[in-house]
Amino acid sequence: MQWEIVIGLEVHTQLSTNTKIFSGASTAFGAEPNTQADAVSIALPGVLPVLNKGAVERAIKFGLATGARIAQRSVFARKNYFYPDLPKGYQISQFDLPVVGQGALTIQVEPLSGNAKPYEKTVRITRAHLEEDAGKSVHGNSQGVTGIDLNRAGTPLLEIVSEPDMCSAAEAVAYAKALHTLVRWIGICDGNMQEGSFRCDVNVSVRRPGEPLGTRREIKNLNSFKFMQQAIDYEVQWQIDTIESGGKIHQATILFNPDTGETRAMRSKEDAHDYRYFPDPDLLPLEISTEWIEQVRGTLPELPQAKQARYVSELGLSAYDASILTASREMADFFEEALGDATGQAKICANWIIGEVSAQLNRDGLDMTQCPINAQQLGGMLTRIADGTISNSGAKEVFRTMWAEGGSADAIIEAKGLKQVSDSGAIEALVDEIIAANADKVTEYRSGKDKLFGFFVGLAMKASKGKANPAQLNDILKKKLAG
Amino acid sequence: MLNASIKQLSAALRAKEISSVELTQSYLDRIVRLNPQLNAYITLNPEVSLAQARAADARLAAGMADPLTGIPVAQKDIFCAKGWLTTCGSKMLHNFVSPYDAHVITQFNNAGAVNLGKTNMDEFAMGSSNETSHYGTVKNPWDRARVPGGSSGGTAAAVAARLCAAATGTDTGGSIRQPAALCGISGLKPTYGVVSRYGMIAFASSLDQAGPMGRSAEDLALLLNTMAGFDERDSTSLQREKEDYARDLNKSLTGLRIGLPKEFFAEGLSGDVAKAVEAAIAEYKKLGAVIVDISLPNTKLSIPVYYVLAPAEASSNLSRFDGVRYGYRAPEYSDLADMYEKSRAQGFGAEVKRRIMIGTYVLSHGYYDAYYLQAQKIRRLIAQDFTAAYKQCDVIMGPTSPSTAFKLGEKGDDPVQMYLSDIYTIAVNLAGLPGMSIPCGFGANDMPVGLQIIGNYFDEARMLNVAHQYQLATDWHSRAPQL
Repeated sequence: MQWEIVIGLEVHTQLSTNTKIFSGASTAFGAEPNTQADAVSIALPGVLPVLNKGAVERAIKFGLATGARIAQRSVFARKNYFYPDLPKGYQISQFDLPVVGQGALTIQVEPLSGNAKPYEKTVRITRAHLEEDAGKSVHGNSQGVTGIDLNRAGTPLLEIVSEPDMCSAAEAVAYAKALHTLVRWIGICDGNMQEGSFRCDVNVSVRRPGEPLGTRREIKNLNSFKFMQQAIDYEVQWQIDTIESGGKIHQATILFNPDTGETRAMRSKEDAHDYRYFPDPDLLPLEISTEWIEQVRGTLPELPQAKQARYVSELGLSAYDASILTASREMADFFEEALGDATGQAKICANWIIGEVSAQLNRDGLDMTQCPINAQQLGGMLTRIADGTISNSGAKEVFRTMWAEGGSADAIIEAKGLKQVSDSGAIEALVDEIIAANADKVTEYRSGKDKLFGFFVGLAMKASKGKANPAQLNDILKKKLAG
Repeated sequence: MLNASIKQLSAALRAKEISSVELTQSYLDRIVRLNPQLNAYITLNPEVSLAQARAADARLAAGMADPLTGIPVAQKDIFCAKGWLTTCGSKMLHNFVSPYDAHVITQFNNAGAVNLGKTNMDEFAMGSSNETSHYGTVKNPWDRARVPGGSSGGTAAAVAARLCAAATGTDTGGSIRQPAALCGISGLKPTYGVVSRYGMIAFASSLDQAGPMGRSAEDLALLLNTMAGFDERDSTSLQREKEDYARDLNKSLTGLRIGLPKEFFAEGLSGDVAKAVEAAIAEYKKLGAVIVDISLPNTKLSIPVYYVLAPAEASSNLSRFDGVRYGYRAPEYSDLADMYEKSRAQGFGAEVKRRIMIGTYVLSHGYYDAYYLQAQKIRRLIAQDFTAAYKQCDVIMGPTSPSTAFKLGEKGDDPVQMYLSDIYTIAVNLAGLPGMSIPCGFGANDMPVGLQIIGNYFDEARMLNVAHQYQLATDWHSRAPQL
């Protein structure tokens, strides 16, 4: 029996403002409990929310980056429910008038199995809205007592809701990853999944081809791509098994347990809340002028897809290289800075970054932001390769030294004497000596034993202690051997 | 001295005829003597008040006094004042000592006024008789068997009984004007947004507005000068030029067009009130005013609209009182839900619970459109009634309350009868307009009658002028109850 999988995502991205969405309290992660809970965060009687413009600006950025319409007027609503870590007894969110309207994100999907080829897909984004985060209940510190930490209460979130456009775990993961890249790329979220800066809720349902949508279950709070894939795989199989064995799917909120690899229901639709949304009378409708939007547009960096296309069309890189270099903003920035104006060196620059730099980072367990060499250092080395100062093997030596000890390419070349000989007179003299000392081999070569050319190159390189400019050496050797 | 105006007291303080400490002490002595009969105050803090008085005397001596420096002013217990018990008339906040100052408190502190004490009020400002206070009923100083009105009943009684020079109130549906009328004093509810709501415990955020209560329009102007002004901590606070509300006090009323809405003089208005109000209108004619008959056709809808919108907002505003972080928590409970239920069941009084239930109901899924949305639409119609009326007149006048003060317990069993006592005041809040009440005579049981003056948006200075000219021509405002 054939099954179709239908997946939609709701992603909570924590916006990278220094202060909370409705107060001046700090949003820094990891502080002592309740040290960042001001009067507004703990909802003292009489306090009022004041909207943080920085959060709005980040929402606008996201909307522009996904080609969405920015609402000129959006409304904050109260979502009412009781929970100890929700100090006001309601969460300020947006309901029927969100700040960001329909947009889209194009993703590259790498199928997880078989020989299927990577493909591109566009996922529609339904909306994105601003809201405040809740605090945390801390269980188990002392017997029978639950602690409440309100440091996180009021942290700005942008909830990004997709259409149910994804039809496999691979697509869902690809979408989540693309979103993760994008929000960091445009600088609205630090993307730290361990600290909860990027949390995914995944709605999953299955149906037989041609049938209406099945009942969905929502997997809450996934904070790793690996878990997302495992959770979806498990959930899909569970739903299929349930239906095939005559059961029915009931709408529910479920949790994924990474230890068992299973999902389990948290609450069913029957005990779903009636949140009694209504416009928050403490906040005026959010008005966003065209000027504000344009001002934000001016701060938007070139987006990954545009960059990728430009790398192919202007720099002549392969689509593959371009996609790797634009996997993160740090990588792309590093590439562009190292390349500088030497656009003709794009391929070699790309090779070094995708090859040596990435491999070393991997080996040392570092990411691009922790890279021990900076783009200028690599760029300096590339310049010396291009102008013939160092050979490829010399460059490898320079790179190793740079990585381990630091320093500029020029300083390392100088200190280690890696400058290759490009003085044709010196090379000619060296070649002349070799020809004189190996008359028999020269005769063999001239009688047609072409393979001996490598033998002469080897001798000449050895004589120059590896410093002879290989291209020049080849030319001179060829000329002289020809007699 | 007890009957001196703020202007006279301020002059006496500057002239060193009396010190603020002496003035404050004399009020405190009077409070100790008379408050037990009236129960106008919930909290006194003589040491703090006297310390403020000493600071005011120093400021007066240094020649740096504001008009309110050294003047003892009582604060409705809805305003958070740092270090003061701030109960909002509720058991729920029986132990809440505010760690911060409301904007209004800060303004008075900056002006050098003395906080004389926190006045009694209906619980969470929900009531028209002051009978819903957890701290006992306030008695009307003109007849202790009668109510002082509500919710700012403690303030109105304190001003009428000369237990303070002036005081603050808040008005969500008439809570300044109705008790002012019933206690024979002057009170002004400004245009919504003129006085910051920061630190004023919320009842219905879109309707709540703080204002001054005192013995004359001239006093109110001085108080409003201190209370009004933009505050960035309240998003609904209006950013306007600072104005002097006393600037027009002495303007002539010749040619003033007074609109009399026929709906305010229809069935339900008691004869004695009608008679006093008509006499006041006659007085205004003598002062040169012109009478215009107008209609506010949606007046009768204001009560049902109000009793949908105000409880809706209140049901959400009062969710923060959950026993988790501050305030009352039930001594025994079995689990989290039980703690919420018992704390709120024991901490809130009957009227508050009634409104929370009404509000929860009208916001519920399936009822929202029929109640809340519909009420919002009618609210706009009510505001349009006034806009149309102000094309024909400069101010609108009528009774503040349909009757004089009723007996304690008289309407306690019939909430609808109680709600009807706000019939003339509620529409003003729904429209966001400024409204005031001034004494205009006495009714059947020698109880005071209030004349309501409703102005156009931001017309407070004109309203104060209109009231002041009447108070120059009559002496109703200077009558004091025998105690």
